[in-house]
Amino acid sequence: MRAAESVTTSSSPDAAFALRWNRKDLLGLRELSAEEINFILDTADAFKQVGTREIKKVPALRGKTLVNFFIEPSTRTRTSFELAAFRLSADVINISASTSSLTKGETLKDTARNLEALHADILVLRHSFAGAPQFLAQRLEASVINAGDGAHEHPTQALLDLYTIREKRGKIAGLHVAIIGDILFSRVARSNIFGLLKLGARVTLVGPSTLVPREFEKLGVEVSYKIDNVLPSADVVNLLRIQHERQRKEYFPGIGEYTRFFGLTKERAKFLKPDCLIMHPGPINRGVEIDSGIADGLQSVILDQVTNGLAVRMAVLYLCGGIST
Amino acid sequence: MSATIIRNGRVIDPANKRDEVIDLLIIDGKVAPLFQLSTLNSQLDEINASNLIVCPGLIDMHVHLREPGFGHKETIESGARAAAAGGFTTIVCMPNTSPAADNPSTIAWIKDRAGDTACVNVLPTGAISKNLGGEELAPIGSLVQAGIVAITDDGHCVQNHQVMRRAVEYARMVGVPVLDHCQDYNLVGNGVVHEGYWSTLLGLPGWPAAGEEAIVMRNILLAELCDHHIHCQHVTTAGSVRLLREARTRGVKISGEVCPHHIALTDEAIQNFDTSCKMNPPLRSQADVDALLEGVADGTVSILVSDHAPHADFEKEVEFDAAPFGIIGLETELGLFLDLLVHKHCKIDIMRLIEMYTVEPRRLLKINAGTLSIGAAADLTLIDPDLEWSVRVDTFESASRNSPFDGWNLKGRAVRTIVGGKTVWKL
Repeated sequence: MRAAESVTTSSSPDAAFALRWNRKDLLGLRELSAEEINFILDTADAFKQVGTREIKKVPALRGKTLVNFFIEPSTRTRTSFELAAFRLSADVINISASTSSLTKGETLKDTARNLEALHADILVLRHSFAGAPQFLAQRLEASVINAGDGAHEHPTQALLDLYTIREKRGKIAGLHVAIIGDILFSRVARSNIFGLLKLGARVTLVGPSTLVPREFEKLGVEVSYKIDNVLPSADVVNLLRIQHERQRKEYFPGIGEYTRFFGLTKERAKFLKPDCLIMHPGPINRGVEIDSGIADGLQSVILDQVTNGLAVRMAVLYLCGGIST
Repeated sequence: MSATIIRNGRVIDPANKRDEVIDLLIIDGKVAPLFQLSTLNSQLDEINASNLIVCPGLIDMHVHLREPGFGHKETIESGARAAAAGGFTTIVCMPNTSPAADNPSTIAWIKDRAGDTACVNVLPTGAISKNLGGEELAPIGSLVQAGIVAITDDGHCVQNHQVMRRAVEYARMVGVPVLDHCQDYNLVGNGVVHEGYWSTLLGLPGWPAAGEEAIVMRNILLAELCDHHIHCQHVTTAGSVRLLREARTRGVKISGEVCPHHIALTDEAIQNFDTSCKMNPPLRSQADVDALLEGVADGTVSILVSDHAPHADFEKEVEFDAAPFGIIGLETELGLFLDLLVHKHCKIDIMRLIEMYTVEPRRLLKINAGTLSIGAAADLTLIDPDLEWSVRVDTFESASRNSPFDGWNLKGRAVRTIVGGKTVWKL
């Protein structure tokens, strides 16, 4: 691992790094090249080793300030970024919508510029509106890392998904990945689509027609409304959390019918290839999109995804944080 | 007595089917016959219009002037200056002010304010429903007495078809047309951009074409039922054009207008979440743009407007979903339409373009403007159809800057605007 030494011992990026990464922000996977995605994954490899050491900390971002700016609630992603920053020796502040001045009518731009005036180096933004990270990235010197924007992108989730697939299967090109569930409102799905296609996978979207419009085919993926036709050829199934709260009621009749048509039940799991990976970005609804036993079964890599998320986010913070100086 | 002669212009007056190079005489703010030149006993001002088009002052019948209530976006005074700079001598302002123009005193206030501060003619519209709420009819008769030229809930759309039916029937009695912003709230939901490839890619809430077409169809049915004119504002979709074409062929009292941005841009322009490309209805697909161009060419879409919608910089400087809809347009629309409709796509000739800006709104609104007949008010626009220029929003007369066209190079623009015989703006 060529970058490993500099990654784990030094706070200054080396020359090879500068040639391969020159972005201060990570906004989405659509704008990244396959080379850039692979470079993040390679860098994450080096950081994954750090997590197995007795002292799980490197000085890469010592003296830097990272703000976890979460306008929309999140536990898992925020915690993952926070831990990643700690392990890189950055100072971390958490700001949520309820504790920010946004509740007093301050604009996102003004809040963010105030944070920058306090010398924040990296802003990790979770926002319910698509494009909010782009908006800030164009207006701030600080690095902006998209931790999920509306139904647009969630690049670090997709990167950790890619990392997990590559780790378990040794490659991504040529694999058939089924993404199953609420695609229309899913930023995880979009980032996965962009990343998987760039790395040469074949992608099939599966779910109710209301949540998987045919328009997605124009992105270069296949769309299917029959899960049983897709499972036998899948190398990876990525199940998305399905919700049936008020604003989704008109999209499908109910949880029971969803499970009947699209749930990964015990019976359906029998049709999976033995080496097919079962993934889920969490939080999972046991018994809804995935059978409880299957979620904990041998093919499930759901907790590996969480562990890998830490390494991937360390890599992203390290790469973008190194550019921001 | 004052007199001005405009020399050597190409006078295009669609109302009188004129297109000739000839002098135009103005006496005491009115168009006068040339023979009166010989009996003039006052000083004669001269304007050289060689190589310029001299036409009736253009009318933009879809403008938001923001007063009363939102003077930080635009005032009647600044909006009128923007109109003059765009070549418009008459503008029709929308009622979504604060308070809404749903009562005679607000109409009186707007007219007073325009009389005191506006350099062009400002004609108010009144609301269809109280507070633009779509439920109870506004006092439409009293609004007409106060001087409105049409009713509309623009920015909003009456969803209840029965309320709309009664409004159209009532408007027929008092003799004003109904203008409608066509948007089915259930179909559109929280949509902010055209539902299609880009909304899918960017995860932005989609605004489907059917959300407009459902109401265009509703309006066609009600125009037939009530035998009264409904004008569909800012139509944007191929389906709307098709519906209007079919209905107009059958003689239904229905019409449509188009904004320049809906033919100059497609939804591809939103890919960087630029809030200056956020408007309602949204930018559509190339197929919709092509259908709009055909609709203009065959007369299905008969009126050109800006939907001038000023917003302050700080209001647009937010996340895309959070930004208000709308862009300014008075100072770019003539240039864009000349450039796109006449020069680039050759869909109409300049006579038809002027007709769409004068005779068509004059006929629809039954207003005394848009003609160079002897005795008509000398409201004139002088146009250089071949002048190449660059849009620079920082030079605009409008109080706002929310335009996606900054830096565009266009061919053709107004170079002088004359209201009642007086030059109110010149390049």
